[in-house]
Amino acid sequence: MENILLPLENFFGQLWPLVWSIVKIVLILIPLFLGVAYMTYAERKIIGAMQVRIGPNRVGPFGLLQPIADTVKLLFKEVILPLRANKLLYILGPVLALGPALVAWAVVPFADGWVYADINAGLLFLLAVTSVEVYGIIISGWASNSKYAMLGAMRATAQMISYEVALSFALLAVLMTSSSLNLGDIVASQGQGIGRDMGLSFLSWNWLPLLPMFVVYIISGIAETNRSPFDTVEGESEIVAGHMIEYSGMAFALFFLGEYANMILVSAMTAVLFLGGWLSPVSFLPDGFFWFALKMSAMLWLFLWARATFPRFRYDHTMRLGWKVFIPVTLVWLFVLAVWMMTPLSLWK
Amino acid sequence: MSELEIRPAETRNHTISFGPQHPAAHGVLRLILELDGEVVQRADPHVGLLHRGTEKLAETRTWVQSVPYMDRLDYVSMMVNEHAYCLAVERLLGIEVPLRAQYIRVMYDEITRIRNHLMNIGSHALDIGAMTLILYAFREREDLMDMYEAVSGARMHAAYYRPGGVYRDLPDAMPKYRESRFKNAAEVERLNSVRGSLLDFIEDFTERFPKYCDEYETLLSDNRIWKQRTVGIGVVSPEEALARGFTGVMLRGSGVEWDLRKKQPYAVYDRVQFDVPVGTAGDCYDRYLCRVEEMRQSNRIIRQCVEWLRKNPGPVIVDDHKVAPPKRVEMKSNMEALIHHFKLFSEGIHVPEGEVYAAVEHPKGEFAVYAVSDGANKPWRLKMRAPGYVHLSAMDAMARGHMLQDVVAIIGTMDVVFGEIDR
Repeated sequence: MENILLPLENFFGQLWPLVWSIVKIVLILIPLFLGVAYMTYAERKIIGAMQVRIGPNRVGPFGLLQPIADTVKLLFKEVILPLRANKLLYILGPVLALGPALVAWAVVPFADGWVYADINAGLLFLLAVTSVEVYGIIISGWASNSKYAMLGAMRATAQMISYEVALSFALLAVLMTSSSLNLGDIVASQGQGIGRDMGLSFLSWNWLPLLPMFVVYIISGIAETNRSPFDTVEGESEIVAGHMIEYSGMAFALFFLGEYANMILVSAMTAVLFLGGWLSPVSFLPDGFFWFALKMSAMLWLFLWARATFPRFRYDHTMRLGWKVFIPVTLVWLFVLAVWMMTPLSLWK
Repeated sequence: MSELEIRPAETRNHTISFGPQHPAAHGVLRLILELDGEVVQRADPHVGLLHRGTEKLAETRTWVQSVPYMDRLDYVSMMVNEHAYCLAVERLLGIEVPLRAQYIRVMYDEITRIRNHLMNIGSHALDIGAMTLILYAFREREDLMDMYEAVSGARMHAAYYRPGGVYRDLPDAMPKYRESRFKNAAEVERLNSVRGSLLDFIEDFTERFPKYCDEYETLLSDNRIWKQRTVGIGVVSPEEALARGFTGVMLRGSGVEWDLRKKQPYAVYDRVQFDVPVGTAGDCYDRYLCRVEEMRQSNRIIRQCVEWLRKNPGPVIVDDHKVAPPKRVEMKSNMEALIHHFKLFSEGIHVPEGEVYAAVEHPKGEFAVYAVSDGANKPWRLKMRAPGYVHLSAMDAMARGHMLQDVVAIIGTMDVVFGEIDR
């Protein structure tokens, strides 16, 4: 690898670190965008199968070109600026919604050493970046100057902020057990323990010892990404599309990209923090990116399954669940965990 | 001084226009909602966006020509509308409908009831966010539409009931699927295996249907989110329900046992066995449960009708050529039959002078036709009592104090269809 890159490095000289960074960004973003595009296809096909219908099957074999056709359509549609909208913020909204969803991928380790920025404050960076997302939604809801958009933005703000608390508490538990903020180290720390010694590594992963946190994390993750059954923000049957109601064409598509990139991000984070990232579930199989992708897909499938099954929560019930159930549960569990870690029975030494 | 005075900011409720272009508006409901945050302070439903003047149009059509208009009133339960209209005409004429026709009507009324309730439960669930159910419901509605198509040729607007009976007897063979790009031989074989006579097809459906109901209930009845969204939402006390003129499930959900099929039996409802489910709490959840149970009871009635219809062949329309057209074959040889046919389809039926109110237990409530005849070949006045109109008028009372998302649940539970409300 080094030998192949050496001539290139010599050619660019001092610019090499910059060029290499850009190459890596492209290598992450292109598969991510493709992932988002085919996530929409997979969603329509999988939910279609669950709902005794076929799903897209017209464009290309098995409808595989459908996402491309959708993209082309959205690209060519006019972005309508409402007359009374605040033009600058109106455009800024979708950009702010998509940006953080992409930036967060900088610290996600895809396999051992496969990470764009291997920083020691990875988890903190992730929390910081993802909390910016809500601004995109507030701004677009406010700048559209529409009552429906405003209602959607208010719901989104309340919901995303409250679930971030529960989400952070769940992450805190992971942080305590692995005593690191570096996502690579967190994965590595899951590869040891009693389960690992028995050859069943998947028993050592965080999901089992931290089961309550794992459940809270998944549910908060769904709420954080505003996916069904917590999709009150979009609430297609009451506030139609919430903050996105006035958007069209590519501006609308940016929100969509952001939402799906977030979904994939939350799934990736679940894989990294609770399901042992790239580690193989049994010790006789090699570790690798394949396992990470598999765990991520399983999580994404869970998202879709939930969407096809559950009715939508009412907005105040969502808030009640967040504040009165998840936050107390996570707080108590954090305390229990702390005590557990201090006793001789601790699994993490 | 007044310039320096610190006044609290003036806060006002905001008003949003909910519909007519809204996914949960069930057609063209326009609702002006006054919201305090997300809590509804006032709900003001507007009607009339689908007004087609059916009542006035009927005054310029012969009695038979108005039958298809009835389909288009409540376009989710077509044949029951026709039933009310035909009952009104028959009562004015003072004719007795053949028993077989009455059984066919009861069977199709109940098929229609299942169609309507499937649509209602499906769209109610869709409004609340469970989108899978409506697709399950439409899978069954497909079979029910095939039943409509088999007797009338139309999947929705059947015009199958006629004053004096029904248009024709049940067919001996159902149309069959053919092999195509989309359906392979095995699939076609499986689909066609139940498509013998129409009665075989209906019987097969009634055997499958209870399992489908169980599927719907698995998805919703014990789902905690579904319960959170429906229990205690849109509560109507029995007294209030009666005072507001509620009928059908809206009344029975509140615990008042009132079903025209039991209380004022028409057709052969006094000859079939069925139970009437009644709720206790009068909220959206009870009404949902009532509807599911009504579908099961309808299924039971259909089975009894199929059994009776298999054993008892006979005429399906009165043998009075002043009301029902003569047979096609007769017209080829019989001058009198030809004249009757011509008179019937140009001038129409002459209905004796008088007035009549004929009500049926429509899936949505009490649907009735009030007709006044001056002895001519068309009604002097025709008035429909639409249950949905009465229910919608309670929108404000039911929605006040609930949240925006509950308004959607209340619209769903009211089962509004604008064809009948706006007429």
